[in-house]
Amino acid sequence: MDLSAISPALLLASLMVAATPILIAGIGELVVERAGVLNLGVEGMMITGAICGFAITIETGSPAVGFVAAAVGGALLSLLFAILTQFALANQVASGLALTLFGLGLSSLLGQEYVGLKPAQTPDLHIPLLSDLPFLGTVLFSHDVMVYFGLALVAAVWAVLKYTRVGLVLRAVGENHDAAHALGYKVVRIRVLAIMFGGACAGLGGAYISLIRVPQWTEGMTAGAGWIALALVVFASWKPWRVLLGAYLFGGVTVLQLNLQAAGLAIPVEYLSMSPYLITILVLVIMSADRSRAPGSLGRVFHASG
Amino acid sequence: MLKLEKRPQPSRVFAWLTPLMAVVLTMIAGGILFAMLGKNPVEAIRVIFWDPLFNEQFASYSRPQLLVKAGPLILIAIGLSLGFRAGIWNIGAEGQYILGAIVGAGVGLAFYPLDAWYVFPLMVIGGALGGWLWAMIPALLKVKFGTNEILVSLMLVYVGEQLLASMSLGLLKNPEGLGFPGSRNLKDYPSAFNDELIAGTGMHWGVLTAFLAVIFAYILLNRHMLGFSIRLTGEAPRAARFSGVNPNLLILFCLGMSGLMAGLAGLFEVSGPSGQISIDFNTGYGFTAIIVAFLGRLHPVGILLAGLLMALTYIGGELAQLMLSLPSAAIQLFQGMLLFFLLAVDLLTNYRIRFVKREKA
Amino acid sequence: MTQPLLKIDGLTKAYPGVVANDSVSFEIGEGEIHALLGENGAGKSTLVKMIYGLVKPDSGTMQMRGEPFAPPEPRAARAAGVAMVFQHFSLFDALDVAENIALGMEDPPPMRDLAARIRSVSEEYGLPLDPYRTVGDLSAGERQRVEIIRCLLQDPRLLIMDEPTSVLTPQEVEILFQTLNKLRAEGTSILYISHKLEEIRALCDTATILRLGKNVGTCVPRETTARDMAEMMVGSELQTPKSAGAKLGDIALDISGLSMPSPGQFGTALKNIHLELHRGEILGIGGVAGNGQDELLLALSGEERVPSDAIRLGGRPIGKLGPNARRAAGLLCAPEERLGHAAAPNMSLTENALLTGAVRRDLANRGFLRWGQAREFAEEIIKKFDVRTPGPENAARSLSGGNLQKFVIGREVLQKPYVLVVNQPTWGVDALAAAAIRQALLDLAAGGAGVVVISQDLDELMEVSDHFAALNEGRLTAKRPTKGLTVDEIGLMMGGAHGMEVAHAEA
Repeated sequence: MDLSAISPALLLASLMVAATPILIAGIGELVVERAGVLNLGVEGMMITGAICGFAITIETGSPAVGFVAAAVGGALLSLLFAILTQFALANQVASGLALTLFGLGLSSLLGQEYVGLKPAQTPDLHIPLLSDLPFLGTVLFSHDVMVYFGLALVAAVWAVLKYTRVGLVLRAVGENHDAAHALGYKVVRIRVLAIMFGGACAGLGGAYISLIRVPQWTEGMTAGAGWIALALVVFASWKPWRVLLGAYLFGGVTVLQLNLQAAGLAIPVEYLSMSPYLITILVLVIMSADRSRAPGSLGRVFHASG
Repeated sequence: MLKLEKRPQPSRVFAWLTPLMAVVLTMIAGGILFAMLGKNPVEAIRVIFWDPLFNEQFASYSRPQLLVKAGPLILIAIGLSLGFRAGIWNIGAEGQYILGAIVGAGVGLAFYPLDAWYVFPLMVIGGALGGWLWAMIPALLKVKFGTNEILVSLMLVYVGEQLLASMSLGLLKNPEGLGFPGSRNLKDYPSAFNDELIAGTGMHWGVLTAFLAVIFAYILLNRHMLGFSIRLTGEAPRAARFSGVNPNLLILFCLGMSGLMAGLAGLFEVSGPSGQISIDFNTGYGFTAIIVAFLGRLHPVGILLAGLLMALTYIGGELAQLMLSLPSAAIQLFQGMLLFFLLAVDLLTNYRIRFVKREKA
Repeated sequence: MTQPLLKIDGLTKAYPGVVANDSVSFEIGEGEIHALLGENGAGKSTLVKMIYGLVKPDSGTMQMRGEPFAPPEPRAARAAGVAMVFQHFSLFDALDVAENIALGMEDPPPMRDLAARIRSVSEEYGLPLDPYRTVGDLSAGERQRVEIIRCLLQDPRLLIMDEPTSVLTPQEVEILFQTLNKLRAEGTSILYISHKLEEIRALCDTATILRLGKNVGTCVPRETTARDMAEMMVGSELQTPKSAGAKLGDIALDISGLSMPSPGQFGTALKNIHLELHRGEILGIGGVAGNGQDELLLALSGEERVPSDAIRLGGRPIGKLGPNARRAAGLLCAPEERLGHAAAPNMSLTENALLTGAVRRDLANRGFLRWGQAREFAEEIIKKFDVRTPGPENAARSLSGGNLQKFVIGREVLQKPYVLVVNQPTWGVDALAAAAIRQALLDLAAGGAGVVVISQDLDELMEVSDHFAALNEGRLTAKRPTKGLTVDEIGLMMGGAHGMEVAHAEA
């Protein structure tokens, strides 16, 4: 085993990359849950975003167009969930599971032609001066644009929820949909929009995996990232900045175990590969003591009577 | 303008009708999907739903397969339905299925090459225990710490898959396997082999167990206080507590039963149709069983029928892959659509749709 | 004659199976406090929802100062100067006071300015309130202030108040009336919905009385007796329940030093409760909502466990026992929330009979259910308690509130309890059903059972109970004979006016 082969700067840099998919998907799901909807279909929307982004990037040669397509794909898929839960008043847990199963099937059907191809590369930004800083330049300032987009998204979601009217109304709908309805807010409309925002974010997160992190297409390649994103929201107690913290924690564990695998640690590869999932369970257990923050109407069906 | 009106009570007619409507709608949507893939939709539907059972060329192979595939689906779905009825969401049956197979096969392989009548029964106990223990992890975490069982049981699927890989590459690897991954094939070890009970039918111990599970669940839910508690908890958790149900015991029971049944399904599969522990031993029965449970409306008899139907789509799908080169993912998508449509039309059980003239605002 | 503020003409609204409002017409004048009087289910809520734009009438028109008024949504109603204080369902527990108020306004100013305005308006009207407190932590009276301030900040022409005093102590009612009179003096009209006649006589200028969706009369409350108004409201002469006046027996239920932490986030902890209940006694427990009523019921029903000695039934410690063991011992309960707590909405009446009846009615044999007996039990309840339903196979949610409540109470009474505890036995129930339920409780006590009635309806408690005690912030006062208690004494037992010092301290 050769631990000296692990460079701290590269480790931290790849941590940011590893954290980005679950960060973007997680912050999207946070908005959905703050609106009072539990969408367990994140995995399905991520994998759909992954293939949409991948396919469109291959076809157009432009990762930027690919990412847009991924967001659209994720949002369209989430629209199915929105129809089921907001109009057909279906159980949210079951509908989310259905979305995941459906998304996995859809993506492998769409992806058949794309196995083994390589997408156009997404360039890393080079920020003058900053990128050249020793250590910090490598860790913080020489990533692709989506890494920074993810950070900006967290900041934006935090600011909107805390300081704006839209954010206040969204929180109100998630907290008590009957009261929000009595005050004249359009509960269903707000929730549908939140669900689609979450879908678009999950799509982007998925595309980040297939276009940048891996980058290629294989069936089921999100491998539970969507579920980890869901766990992140619980971990974060529905607070945006804590999603960031959680994503970096999980990103760190993932990167570390990959590095340990590469360094030839005396633990079998399979046990290292389990570690992100086990850590997720551990964190869930620790965080489940604090359940007070869950939005009041989370997962409940809303039907305006009268 | 459409308006939803809550029915004074759930409609019995629609409770039975909605699964049928969902199947029909899925066939229509599936037909459109197949047409988009450049296949003749009518032919595709026929190949999937008719040929496996009635085409002379294929039926002799396909009919037994129906039971082979339906057995684990029904067994797992029955277990899941108990929890789903109570609002306890075990979606990690795939992991419990894997663990049942690993432990059960491990017990059998430990006795190799001993020829004794008690090897197989011990394997069955091992399989049940393996699945049960794996499900006890989310159950205990939920009871002790209130941890979300959905996420934990799902995470344990990925852990289980890694464990499966590790076992087929390490501890359970066939010492005479020339270095290939995977365990000994239990078909070559009669004391541990779960053979067909009646040759040519596909009926093995697992299928029989699945049928027994259906009867067990039916009696439990309709005739026993515990089943009543399960249903009550799902309908109105506070009323259940008031009634005297201990929610923690119920969580342990429901998750435990579903894990046990999934573990049994894994054991019967590994000791029968599959024959060995290998990296790609699990094929998603644990997830498909979720669809089966819902399609059967969480009712034991419904699950029996839904399991057979879903098994048919598997076999028909394979046939369509062979005959029409329909991609296997199309069948997966088809199964997902079925669940979607079911959830959508389920609305009609509790609500009435009325057409109202749009009023002037 | 001057033009009225709001003229309502022939409003009709039908729901499947019921006509909630049948061509209702009346007028509300400028600067008038107008009472809308009627029983539960008379159509008051539907009428108000139409004025507030939550429900659209099937036919009929409204005019606001002569202009046609047909708000398509609450926003439009608010823009036209209509504001509403809801009975429940309109506050967000996890948000703070200022955020809650901002949500009810069209164009809220920035939070800092809003907070300042909340302080000043709340001072002006004698309703102190701290803008940065979380609403879930407020008392019922304070929560209502949040709603009232929310309305006042919009300078409404018409303020609608839906049963505002049901959550207040008598002292708090006094303060509220002062506020309303001040508003009237400033020219604001108030539509005051209530079924409490004395209040209406004390406060209102005119009253419109609804019965079964129809306007059955208008009167000037000060010149009409409560008895006359009650008969217009109910449509027939009411039977007042009669107590057989049983003698008190041995101590049936003995609670001593019962303390329990709050089971939920916004609940109330029970603090050192002492109580002795004799056989044949009806003890009324009053108090404003949210002062520990639900928690006390949970502790008695066995849904929450407490130290063994804290509760004794006929001398036997039962604090550690679960619900079924307590039922076996003879302690039965009926919680407040009918749908979802006392009964499972989607399950049949037979199944709901089984819900609490399994132990005492022997409806299970080694865990296997005796459906036949369960059905007979359900039929017995339906028959003896006059529950209007086609049969025991119907779902609980298909019953009206009054019928379901009769079923719930009947289910416990027919199990012949040694002690029965009921919470809000007649909440949201029509007058006839309420009278029947009260009579059943009186009969039960006459037969030698101990009965605890937890209620926020003081009139009800005065009518049925031998002794009275009040819950206030999780503490129970010593019990006193009901006879001779004055309203002032009751109000002080309930804790007087809550939270009047909050904003002063910080202002």
